[in-house]
Amino acid sequence: MNAIPGRIAPAPLLSVEGLTKWYGHVLGCRDVAFDLRPGEVLGIVGESGSGKTTLLNCISGKLTPTSGEVRFDTRRFGLTDIYGLSEPDRRRMQREEWGFVHQNPRDGLRMRVSGGANVAEPLMNLGARHYGEMRQSTIDWLDRVELDTRRIDDKPRNFSGGMQQRIQVARNLIHGPRLVFMDEPTGGLDVSVQARLLDLLRELVRDLGLAVIIVTHDMAVARLMADRLMVMKGGEVVETGLTDQVLDDPQHPYTQLLVSSVLQI
Amino acid sequence: MSTPVPARANAPERYYNYAYLDEQTKRMIRRSILKALAIPGYQVPFGSREMPVPYGWGTGGIQLTAAIIGPDDVYKCIDQGADDTTNAVSIRRFFANVADVATTEDTGEATIIQTRHRIPEKPLKAGQVLIYQVPQPEPLRGLEAREIETRAMHAYEEYGLQYVSLYENISAYGRIAATAGYPVMVEERYLMSPSPIPKFDNPKMAQNEAVMLFGAGREKRIYAVPPFTRVRSLDFEDYPFETQTWEETCALCGAEDSYLDEVILDDAGDKMFVCSDSHHCAERRAAGHVGPMAGHTLDQDAALKEPAQ
Repeated sequence: MNAIPGRIAPAPLLSVEGLTKWYGHVLGCRDVAFDLRPGEVLGIVGESGSGKTTLLNCISGKLTPTSGEVRFDTRRFGLTDIYGLSEPDRRRMQREEWGFVHQNPRDGLRMRVSGGANVAEPLMNLGARHYGEMRQSTIDWLDRVELDTRRIDDKPRNFSGGMQQRIQVARNLIHGPRLVFMDEPTGGLDVSVQARLLDLLRELVRDLGLAVIIVTHDMAVARLMADRLMVMKGGEVVETGLTDQVLDDPQHPYTQLLVSSVLQI
Repeated sequence: MSTPVPARANAPERYYNYAYLDEQTKRMIRRSILKALAIPGYQVPFGSREMPVPYGWGTGGIQLTAAIIGPDDVYKCIDQGADDTTNAVSIRRFFANVADVATTEDTGEATIIQTRHRIPEKPLKAGQVLIYQVPQPEPLRGLEAREIETRAMHAYEEYGLQYVSLYENISAYGRIAATAGYPVMVEERYLMSPSPIPKFDNPKMAQNEAVMLFGAGREKRIYAVPPFTRVRSLDFEDYPFETQTWEETCALCGAEDSYLDEVILDDAGDKMFVCSDSHHCAERRAAGHVGPMAGHTLDQDAALKEPAQ
């Protein structure tokens, strides 16, 4: 990003440098570098197999990269390489400061415990031991993601797909993270539900000043959510820039193809 | 054409080894026990052997007993608190047979007590060993199916998840309704399943004078609570841990402070509550305590006779 003259750019929240992941001799992603500042929403777009999810997993500490660094501005250690932290420290940092919204709510929720307990779990993981207080903040969050608070004790399987995704969103925001990863958060939903969930996400992200990295192959989602876009192809970043700039004036032939292939009704 | 098999040189010894398991196996189990005692609450893997009973019938407890028992021991075995249930009788007879030990029903007299589902009412003393049969040693298993993940959770002391089950309990029943296998923290470090003992018995584990060993045969884990160890039952600040209570007393011995079993007497809804610890109850009756339904001598023939009408 170009710094605006006369203004001091805030310190990056996340700084990725030379990130490369090989699966044996198959390339996952190569030499990815970017900075993410607090409150910024970065979209990663590209076709399937382009390395989006590999990149997201590497950045979110789930998959050790072959080379490169992922530095995050942790509360306890300052800006530090997350793969340099010990495993307990890294897991604690992930619990305290990050959220991860999966495409399939089944991956992100515990299907055997109630929606309310799912939402409250991050609080318990961080040491909350007062039932009444946790119950209240769970109710507040269910309300915030526009779910019927009377259904707090229903199991996730009794909710529709869109509702499950809302529970997942509440679960990943309740503990006040600074960075949230989203992997196709609206992927499995029908269009009208998708639109309402996107609306909600946009509102929450803006209200909470969250930094978000959102992976999607849906240009509409990217347009609505992201401030900045990274376009990936074959494991490499081929174009990066402000969302409107990338989508309205794509430079790389692949981006041009991607933008022009969005279905028009 | 078959040649007769020559008698083996060690024919008189071709019997079973003392206490059923071979010496190498007992050595391996003892090493696991020592490690378990050194790290209270930590689940130590061990090479669980095939036993002459099916998994779920106490193979873990039997292997622990076999590893530590000696001819001078006095052995007691209880199942749900009772000395006279089939399983307890069989296991007790097994060790009387293979280890030539004296057996007893007296809690105070026993040096090794193997138990399923209860801790005896009489406080245990230094020098006694309480051996628990454990079906599922991992308290987090119901919430997290991956062993690799639960091991990491123990290693890094990430026990928030266990509270999810308590949370679920309160949201469903308005109180922590879990009654057996209620999770405990040992020495404020390891989360431990106390085996399916009623939570009534949980407080007895804290600062206990006796050695407590836990064996899970199928899951191949041994863990232990050494004497005088802190054991705390999990709870919430606003929903503190509490044990079961009864409005009734024991129908036979009148005990007000023991764990009671409910026994259905007939189809008309009559029932009685009796001590689950059979030795405790017998001892109290011998000492002259009388419950509301005591005093009937059993008439063995009564059931066979025509009802007098």
